[in-house]
Amino acid sequence: MSEDKDLNIRTGLRESATFDHFTMAEIRRAAETGIYDIRGFGAKRKVPHFDDLLFLGASMSRYPLEGYREKCNTSVTLGTRFAKKPIELDIPVTIAGMSFGALSANAKEALGRGASEVGTSTTTGDGGMTPEERGQSSKLVYQYLPSRYGMNPDDLRKADAIEVVLGQGAKPGGGGMLLGQKITDRIAQMRTLPKGVDQRSACRHPDWTGPDDLAIKIQELREITDWQVPIYIKVGATRTYYDVKLAVKAGADVIVVDGMQGGTAATQEVFIEHVGIPTMAAIPQAVQALQEMGMHRKVQLIVSGGIRNGADVAKCMALGADAVSIGTAALIALGDNDPKWDAEYREIGSAAGFYDDYQEGKDPAGISTQDPELSKRLDPVAAGHRLANYLRVLTMEAQTLARACGKNDLRNLEPEDLVALTLESAAMARVPLAGTSWIPGKGF
Amino acid sequence: MKTIDLEKSSVRELNQALHDQHGECTTREWEVTGVKGDHNLAVGLDQSLAVHINGHAGYYCAGMNKKANIIIHGNAGQGVAENMMSGSVRVMGDASQSAGATAHGGLLVIEGNAGARCGISLKGADIVVKGSVGHMSCFMAQAGTLVVCGDAGEALGDSLYETHIYVKGKVQSLGADCIEKEMRDEHIQELTELLHRAGVDENPADFKRYGSARNLYNFKVDHASSY
Repeated sequence: MSEDKDLNIRTGLRESATFDHFTMAEIRRAAETGIYDIRGFGAKRKVPHFDDLLFLGASMSRYPLEGYREKCNTSVTLGTRFAKKPIELDIPVTIAGMSFGALSANAKEALGRGASEVGTSTTTGDGGMTPEERGQSSKLVYQYLPSRYGMNPDDLRKADAIEVVLGQGAKPGGGGMLLGQKITDRIAQMRTLPKGVDQRSACRHPDWTGPDDLAIKIQELREITDWQVPIYIKVGATRTYYDVKLAVKAGADVIVVDGMQGGTAATQEVFIEHVGIPTMAAIPQAVQALQEMGMHRKVQLIVSGGIRNGADVAKCMALGADAVSIGTAALIALGDNDPKWDAEYREIGSAAGFYDDYQEGKDPAGISTQDPELSKRLDPVAAGHRLANYLRVLTMEAQTLARACGKNDLRNLEPEDLVALTLESAAMARVPLAGTSWIPGKGF
Repeated sequence: MKTIDLEKSSVRELNQALHDQHGECTTREWEVTGVKGDHNLAVGLDQSLAVHINGHAGYYCAGMNKKANIIIHGNAGQGVAENMMSGSVRVMGDASQSAGATAHGGLLVIEGNAGARCGISLKGADIVVKGSVGHMSCFMAQAGTLVVCGDAGEALGDSLYETHIYVKGKVQSLGADCIEKEMRDEHIQELTELLHRAGVDENPADFKRYGSARNLYNFKVDHASSY
């Protein structure tokens, strides 16, 4: 890019802002293939995000906590509304649902190992629960998805929580797909489909059609599990205010809101980049809905989509989340897009840091693949430990910021601790523009 | 036989009593009375019980059933026997939409008619409907069998995978990638055995067979209009 820029300056050639290089390449690709682009990862366009928020550390008007001496609690309990056995997490960072099928068995095992090492939960995905995953995950959330691939009541009863998935941030309103090249014998058997067939996951559940039905469905899940475990509802961030209200009404213990930066194993590029709202914009809507119903902190809120560091964690919690969930960042911690595989990424038409063709199953890092040789490259023990390290860093960073704001619990962070750098972020996060008391839409 | 009266007991108490049979089975035969369209009756069973539900059941009756044989002496609401794993469920009346949705195993018999999306995403169970089924039945159905002794509504077997469909009456229309197929000897045999298991007196030779054309199994741009 910088070479192009130099060329422009030297020659006076001017690239179109509307028809830039990427846009032209996509037009040529579409014209040549006649197929829309399918890829994994999440939104790559720049959208207002947590980098546009800053914390107001303590000074005269606030009293900070001693950075390395005074406690700052990170534990959180999820599912206190109805479940007999809520989930107790040591840290408020959970691992999002990712399927065995999209990911290798070693990757799933590594996620379980890493999460368990630091006392948090991991989540199944489309395709069901594997014994290895259950075995390595001290706290496992079982996703209940429209496809119901691999869904069975025995696994339901083995779960520590059940997550009813209505959608995800990368593709709200869309189903999933696992292309035939990733369908091994084991995955075909788990999903009751022929080997090598593209597996489409429906976008709607097969036996309920609206929030009133969902309330009955949740009752069914509770009855089957004897009201033991929490039931989450996961939505992609769109009309979040209304979705959260309906989810509470339907009986959720926990609501998961996944913003548009959330990842996927495979869907249309047009879906990833053009549907849904940024995570930062969704949180205040969700919190407002919960507060209006008197359910904030009673129905816990988990937020996901583009969480990368402890600052993002702390900002989510300051805006009112009880916990966050990570997917893409967890895969990167395992080794996804690692520069050490750059040569091999280039052999398949990508590069380290850019790889997003998870659907093709050729991941050199052995993560988004079912190829046995590639899968072997990921040592689940070492990768799990890397993930645990990363989760510890997220937690310590979030604690650092919370202490600086004088908070002895991450959940004591509040919107008043934040300001925004841009008008957009001020409006979306509903915090003042830095140096002012102005929150767009709320007057002066 | 043990009787639970829903005029006096809650659905929770009913299901807990039935679940308690999973460990040590003390009573094989159960009767549920006072049923007035209650939802989630006899869900998540995991024991060889015989359960008679005397009345009309609401949503998800016999959901995720394993091993138990459940008879609903009335109509059944949405999602009867959804995700059943084994055992059997018989509805003496009509069933609402999504009957047998995603069921992996066992036998669902509906003596009357079934609504829309009967056998949606079916994963291995057998369903026999003595009457007719509504639109989009067997949508994305993966395995197992649907037998319809009456008629089938619009878009039967849309986006079908490997479920076998037999219909005696008229099919209003077939969904994407669903076609009529030759009825060979093995299919006559399969249908004969299934009708016998279901206790349905029909002549297998009167049925037509429908299955997947398998054109949509892998994405091809030539089929873009079908997606």
